Amino acid sequence: MSEQVPHRPFWKKALFAVMEGNVVTVTVLAIFTAMVIGGLLTAFTNTAVLNAWGVFFSSPWHAINLAWDTAIGVYIELFEGSIFSPHTIAQLFQQASMSTALHDGYLSSVFTPISNTCLQATPLLLTGLAVALPYQAGLFNIGGESQWIGGAIVATYLGYGVSMPPGIHVIVCVLGGCVGGAVVGGAVGLLKATTGAHEVIVTIMLNYIMADFLAYLLSFHYLMQAPGVNPISPNIDSDSYLPHLFGPSLYVNVGFLISLAAAVFVWWLLTRTTTGFEFRAIGKNPSAARVAGVNVERNWVLVMVVAGGLAGLAAAAVIQGTDFQLTGTAYGTYGIDAITVALLGRGKPGGVVWAALLFGALYAGAPGMESITGTPGSIVDVLQALIVMFVAAPPLIRAVYRLRTTRAAGVSQVLSKGWNA
Amino acid sequence: MELELKGITKRFGSLVANDGIDLVVAPGQVHALLGENGAGKSTLMNVLFGLLQPDNGEILIDHKKVTIHSPNDAIAAGIGMVHQHFMLVPVFTVAENVTLGHEETRPGGLLDRRKARADVRELSRRYGLEVDPDALVENLPVGIQQRVEIVKALVRNANVLILDEPTAVLTPAETQDLFRIIRELKAGGTSIIFISHKLKEVQAIADTISVLRRGKVVGQAAPTATEDQLAALMVGRDVQLVVSKDPAKPADVVLAVDGLTVTDETGRIWVNDLSFDVRGGEILGFAGVQGNGQTELCEALMGLRPIAAGQITLNSRDITHATPRRRLHSGIGYIPEDRQEDGLIGAFTVAENMVLDVYDRKPYASGIRLNLGAIEKNAAERIPEFDVRTTSADNPVGTLSGGNQQKVILARELGHEPKLLIASQPTRGLDVGSIEFVHKRIVAARDGGAAVMIVSAELDEIYALADRIAVMYEGRITGFRPPTVPVEELGKLMAGSTDAEAGAPGPPGPPPSQRAAAASGLRSDEGATREDTASKRPGGEEGEK
Repeated sequence: MSEQVPHRPFWKKALFAVMEGNVVTVTVLAIFTAMVIGGLLTAFTNTAVLNAWGVFFSSPWHAINLAWDTAIGVYIELFEGSIFSPHTIAQLFQQASMSTALHDGYLSSVFTPISNTCLQATPLLLTGLAVALPYQAGLFNIGGESQWIGGAIVATYLGYGVSMPPGIHVIVCVLGGCVGGAVVGGAVGLLKATTGAHEVIVTIMLNYIMADFLAYLLSFHYLMQAPGVNPISPNIDSDSYLPHLFGPSLYVNVGFLISLAAAVFVWWLLTRTTTGFEFRAIGKNPSAARVAGVNVERNWVLVMVVAGGLAGLAAAAVIQGTDFQLTGTAYGTYGIDAITVALLGRGKPGGVVWAALLFGALYAGAPGMESITGTPGSIVDVLQALIVMFVAAPPLIRAVYRLRTTRAAGVSQVLSKGWNA
Repeated sequence: MELELKGITKRFGSLVANDGIDLVVAPGQVHALLGENGAGKSTLMNVLFGLLQPDNGEILIDHKKVTIHSPNDAIAAGIGMVHQHFMLVPVFTVAENVTLGHEETRPGGLLDRRKARADVRELSRRYGLEVDPDALVENLPVGIQQRVEIVKALVRNANVLILDEPTAVLTPAETQDLFRIIRELKAGGTSIIFISHKLKEVQAIADTISVLRRGKVVGQAAPTATEDQLAALMVGRDVQLVVSKDPAKPADVVLAVDGLTVTDETGRIWVNDLSFDVRGGEILGFAGVQGNGQTELCEALMGLRPIAAGQITLNSRDITHATPRRRLHSGIGYIPEDRQEDGLIGAFTVAENMVLDVYDRKPYASGIRLNLGAIEKNAAERIPEFDVRTTSADNPVGTLSGGNQQKVILARELGHEPKLLIASQPTRGLDVGSIEFVHKRIVAARDGGAAVMIVSAELDEIYALADRIAVMYEGRITGFRPPTVPVEELGKLMAGSTDAEAGAPGPPGPPPSQRAAAASGLRSDEGATREDTASKRPGGEEGEK
């Protein structure tokens, strides 16, 4: 079975890798395809473009150009709202001196879009990891939402209910959020380990329970409701705000660093520790892991504790970084977005970082794009859905781009394995 | 109908799986394809059945060239195939499975179930298949499921039937039944292509034997050829079918089992008040028909199954209630019966699998930190030592052949010098070359002073390895014998006779001479009357990929 690999120049190898349709290629092509379809969608739902088609026969180029400009315009605005905008650079260079530029905020406005992207990516990255890590251990964590709420309740309470010295307060709140999420996550693991309850069912049900529990807490003044009639918590102390990384005019805060550190931690845990070895072993073949002396049940609990802690950190980052108080709907769609992020990142910590940054960029760019082009911001949700759909269907992407059908089994496995893993 | 393959060549990248193969299958003949795992047998049959397209060569039926692009073409040409892993819908009845894919309908688009049932009954009667058309497939034992596959082929008018490793999933008794059916089919004019790597079976059933090695037909043989000749053809060198070993030098008792009883959740007793000792430097072989509690015994010894009563002592330490990890730490090496399910993690690399149950010990870990360097170094040393054929230690172990997977397990379990080695079906599904290797290593472990416990359904293996034989029947040991015991006597013990009925009990010590009975060509057929649930799972065996 000695396989002779013929020597090939580098570019040929690279081309070969692309043609074989490996994981990265398929993902990039999936994103590209989603953008093409998203572009068509914006062009053909825009009223100006539709009117132009009405006079297609008198001035055909007009309609085509308009459609093109509309589609491209959306992506340009998304880019300028999330990465950087050339106008801000131009303005920066029009300033008389560097010091006035700094003082008047022209420099920081150059970095505003990227800062917003990082800010949006922070909770996505943390909750994405909270799905990706259990996935590696064979568990499908649909409960990002309930774990997020658990973390948010604790972080918020510690934020307004307890007074502490400034530096310590912020740390205690972050750790509290982590613990709050870990308790909810650990409950899932414990139920699975002791009663055999399927984690998908348990996490989905806990999402309802925790959402209603939050609503309950926010409806009584002696619990967590702020004075007034609204279901909203008091504001947390300014001591417990996460410090901004680059001064007050850029919103990106320490939470982003925490999320990156968490990604590195998860990677280290999975690849460099005996715990991670056990997680991966029970994920790939629980019976062989058991024979090899691994305590499968204990690891189920442990991995859910860690995952819940990550989701709790995401809540702390949101409460202490941008919201500063807890509302009855603050959990938004974090739980579901987390699954999309983990899917796009193929369950790997590195992949989750890229996926979270991509979706963070889409969210950061959406408001500006909407106000400038008039295209509804929900196009971003459509893009997100299309990307995940194509990533989840590698054979479709390979067929469209005529890639060879070796490898790239990774993702179909993600989806098909999820429920019974 | 005469089937002829001419110059079939099939390449996968740089690997030539079939290299100019010529083969003629005469009508009403059983033509055996013998070869090691990876010799190209399955590839050739997949080409013939239209699942793969050959790069060169042609297929002729009755001297006319045919092109087979899909299994449908193959079926239309009268070729049927029974895959190693059955292609049945478990929740359908036999008749529904048989009719699936070419359902006949009555007016109004209704399924003609009556016709399907009649077809099954008619074929069943003609060839003595004894298949009930209304039985649910999931309730049938593996042997009967295989017959359903045969019926499926016959209903579609197959004149040539390909059986891919048909005995891999069968108990010895089921194998005998299969052979009877093959003879009936042959008498009815059907040609059979019988793929196997088991020498005895091929000798027993084949009219002509073609031996494949590395994608080429290296020889034709008559079934009268000796095992040694066939093995040499298959492997390309002389093979020791029975490893030579010195008499055992038993030392102190390492494993002492006293009154062990194991029940399952339903309360069924699998191991019934079992007591035995294994000493350092000896091999105790457990003979018996599968499903008589051997699997449960091994799992209970490893702590994978709750123990209802009794005591297990390892080196005079009580480990009755120890966790699997503690048992591993105290020096037990375990080769599980089902290597893919219990022994390996297919998606993990070879290097990772080589430390699968020692990853938490020095030098592979310090605290919770894995020492990847040590894991790599271990793999780099063990791979040549145990002759694991892989291009890299980083390949997923699932991509290796069955024999090489087993070597990975051996490298892991023997590489750390266990005090007690428990090996369950250590050579199941392996080809002769690999069996020789595995046997040698197990004997070497014994000579190194380890206590060894072997469980095997192959009597040959028991005779070849054991210094002492314990026979299990329905969870009890019906007798201890030296390996000089005649097969007939073992057979009686395996069928449940007690010591007294089966003849004079030998002393339960090591026997004077070792190899006397080794050539006997019987498998554990005698007692296989009851259906054992363990054999209901298909799979676990793998051929060449």
